[in-house]
Amino acid sequence: MARYGMVIDTLKCVGCMDCVVACKTENEVPIGYNRDWISYETTGKFPSLHQEIRSERCNQCDNPPCVYCCPCGASHISETGGIVLVYEDKCSGCKACMAACPYGARYIHPEGFASKCTFCIHRVETGELPACVSVCPTYCMSFGDLDDPQSDVSKLLASRSNHSLIPEAGTKPQIYYLT
Amino acid sequence: MHELVNTRHNLQIDPHLHIWGWEIGVYLFLGGIVAGMMIISGFFIFTGRAKNPKCSCFWIPSIALIAISFGMGALFLDLEHKLYVWRMYTTFQWQSPMSWGAWILLLVYPVLIANMLLKLPEFIQNRFSFLKKISDTLNSKDSTMRMIGVISMVVGGFLGMYTGVLLSAFGARPLWNSSMLWILFLTSGLSSAAAFIHMAAHDVEERRMLAKADNTFLMFEFVVIILLIVGHLSSDLVHIESIKMLISGAYAPVFWVFVVGFGILIPLIIQLAAVNNKIRYTAIAPVMVIIGGLILRLVIVSAGQASNWSTSVFK
Repeated sequence: MARYGMVIDTLKCVGCMDCVVACKTENEVPIGYNRDWISYETTGKFPSLHQEIRSERCNQCDNPPCVYCCPCGASHISETGGIVLVYEDKCSGCKACMAACPYGARYIHPEGFASKCTFCIHRVETGELPACVSVCPTYCMSFGDLDDPQSDVSKLLASRSNHSLIPEAGTKPQIYYLT
Repeated sequence: MHELVNTRHNLQIDPHLHIWGWEIGVYLFLGGIVAGMMIISGFFIFTGRAKNPKCSCFWIPSIALIAISFGMGALFLDLEHKLYVWRMYTTFQWQSPMSWGAWILLLVYPVLIANMLLKLPEFIQNRFSFLKKISDTLNSKDSTMRMIGVISMVVGGFLGMYTGVLLSAFGARPLWNSSMLWILFLTSGLSSAAAFIHMAAHDVEERRMLAKADNTFLMFEFVVIILLIVGHLSSDLVHIESIKMLISGAYAPVFWVFVVGFGILIPLIIQLAAVNNKIRYTAIAPVMVIIGGLILRLVIVSAGQASNWSTSVFK
């Protein structure tokens, strides 16, 4: 089975939010909610400051606490590349998955079920890229199989320094940021 | 400087998680007090106190049944996809404490009903002869009575433990992520139940005994709170930052004044004086204990949601 992941080059990301707009349009994300967003992390001491701009979303964790805590079996790991998904018609809206996610990646859809980034599985299964990756004007985002050493994402990770978000939480996030 | 901002602004997520309101606090409190009632009632039945017609074990289950139903009502109110609540009972997810809880709650009802059947009110005995027959059968053997007492204590224990484990299993919420939480909630449930039964018991000796038991529970609860704090302070940065919310942060006034002060220490002093015949027994101390137990759940539920791993970024 493939293990889908994303690699995002923080040296190329300018925070234009094209990925955010593309996701909301593609997935009909309700007004007031976002499946992906831009983070700006500034460090240093003026005037020697450094800013990292990141496009963030569900990290499609390899050790997903949101799946383990679900009392209904609605949150699950998909056969397609290990993507974490939610069966909308099984979800009781208990919000345990939201409490379990250290990234705040989930929200309650106005219709009552938990929702989140799906890596645009409906596109991926037809050979297309996730909407956010396909529209990025700086080509800072790459998507592919992390288990395949010949994939773009694996090559980028092998050649550049990178980090994931809050790895100390132990969830094994599958989105990596090149620095 | 070290600053992190983002453009997300999702409802219930930003600026910090706030998915669970009063409903979950009330549910955990009622779950805890019912657990305490089941343990105390089960203990009374097991030790043969049920032979005393004034024994509290005859009316505790009815109150517990009403309380747990209100608790489940509060839980239902919290669900966002209410019509799909039945989905919890189409599966058993062994890794999910909430799934364990859903099934434990189903076990609570038959156990409480078995307790209630031990002594039926006369108007029910007269109307429903088959219930009287069941009641007579249950009462006919001491071993059956003792078995009901043991089952009541065991199921009550699981219910009380579960209310704490439910929260402590969330690794993403450092304040909840402590192995002391289930002990705290179980002890608090026992002290609230003892306080409630102490107020309502008809038997004077039983009231004295429950006041003494409540004092023990309160002292133990205070020790558990100290251990919870020590455990967090000796852990990693995120746990230290999370417990600071209770020690000296935004939740400190309500925690120290209403949970520790009015909820544990002051009622403990009052009840110790009453037990030692320095003052008369009043309802003041038990009421304070019960309200303190409720505020404890509300504070822990609220503060826990505000605690998160992002503090690990800011070293």
